[in-house]
Amino acid sequence: MKHNLPELPYGLAELEPFISQKTLEFHYGKHHQAYANNLNKLIKDTPFENSSLEDIVKQSEGAIFNNGAQVFNHSFYFLALKPNGGGQPKGKLMDAIKQFFTSFESFKDEFSKSGATLFGSGWAWLVVDNNGKLSIIQKSNAGNPLRDGYKPILTMDVWEHAYYLDTQNARPKYIENYWNLVNWEVVQKRFEE
Amino acid sequence: MAFKLPELPYAYDALEPHIDARTMEIHHSKHHAGYTNNLNAVVDGTELEGKSIEAILSNISKLSVAVRNNGGGFFNHDLFWKVMSPNGGGKPSGSLMSAIEKDFGSFDSFKAKFAKAAATRFGSGWAWLVKQADGKLVVTSTANQDNPLMDLAEVKGTPVLGLDVWEHAYYLKFQNRRPDYISVFWDVVNWEEVAKRFQD
Repeated sequence: MKHNLPELPYGLAELEPFISQKTLEFHYGKHHQAYANNLNKLIKDTPFENSSLEDIVKQSEGAIFNNGAQVFNHSFYFLALKPNGGGQPKGKLMDAIKQFFTSFESFKDEFSKSGATLFGSGWAWLVVDNNGKLSIIQKSNAGNPLRDGYKPILTMDVWEHAYYLDTQNARPKYIENYWNLVNWEVVQKRFEE
Repeated sequence: MAFKLPELPYAYDALEPHIDARTMEIHHSKHHAGYTNNLNAVVDGTELEGKSIEAILSNISKLSVAVRNNGGGFFNHDLFWKVMSPNGGGKPSGSLMSAIEKDFGSFDSFKAKFAKAAATRFGSGWAWLVKQADGKLVVTSTANQDNPLMDLAEVKGTPVLGLDVWEHAYYLKFQNRRPDYISVFWDVVNWEEVAKRFQD
């Protein structure tokens, strides 16, 4: 089964000024594409040749995991961004955020801190456990919370390639920008599914 | 005594066109300075204050992750600046070259092995040429700011050459093309400094 990148529901220039067109050209056009190309090559003639991406993320190791999870993680990240995003979630998701983090502001602070303090390359995740409890977790490199039995609903890429052309060493500035792009409708849908 | 950000032994633009001035300036004045400040913040007023960075790293498995990350970042970047030079490149000579030929077959096969270690380190980290306790040279890589001086390193020994493959080391100039960055690195390696570290 061939794994392809999703079409982005926005143009590469449309996340400006928060994420530059140049960053997206490399991030989506080069990094994300390379992970998909590598994955398709690596799974040939292996037990993962016909597996879903989710099964690859859950079951594989080594290079197949690194590339497969990075395909998943980037798709998950890009598809929950949009021009003129941001603001706050509504409905059941907002209720759950208030229940588990007290307020939207304190959720935002905790998620931002999780992204800012992840040392090296990796991802900050908002996840739901089997009992519906929300929590925030950090994962290094290609790490993905599906492997720990969580359902991810939001992720933020904090590999340097996600922001270095725009904000260089100032990762917190990228994180601040990120909140202007979150597509909460997508996150709500993932939560309610 | 607090750890001090070392001065670069050359100007920010001295490694052009191989490594650009803007990358060097941010890398030294922001990233390396950040590790140095953070290291001092976790070491000051503790029993680690006054110890050498080598002594701290050799015992790192018993220390906090903040000391590991920032102590590694402090040491690694210091080594990195010193093993590069505007007059670098070429090949080593003398006993270092003999050891490379003995342990890797040839200088070219060492270079290929080192470049592969740097290219295949997934995520952030470093590639190293390491002199082991028995004098043998080996190539390895470490994640994040770990290094071969750390007691928890898979391959332990004296690092004699290191290459930073965190994306911050090359992204402004090379973006996703890490192999291009690795290939220009050979034009700036200060083999005299590497030989000194090998002989010490």
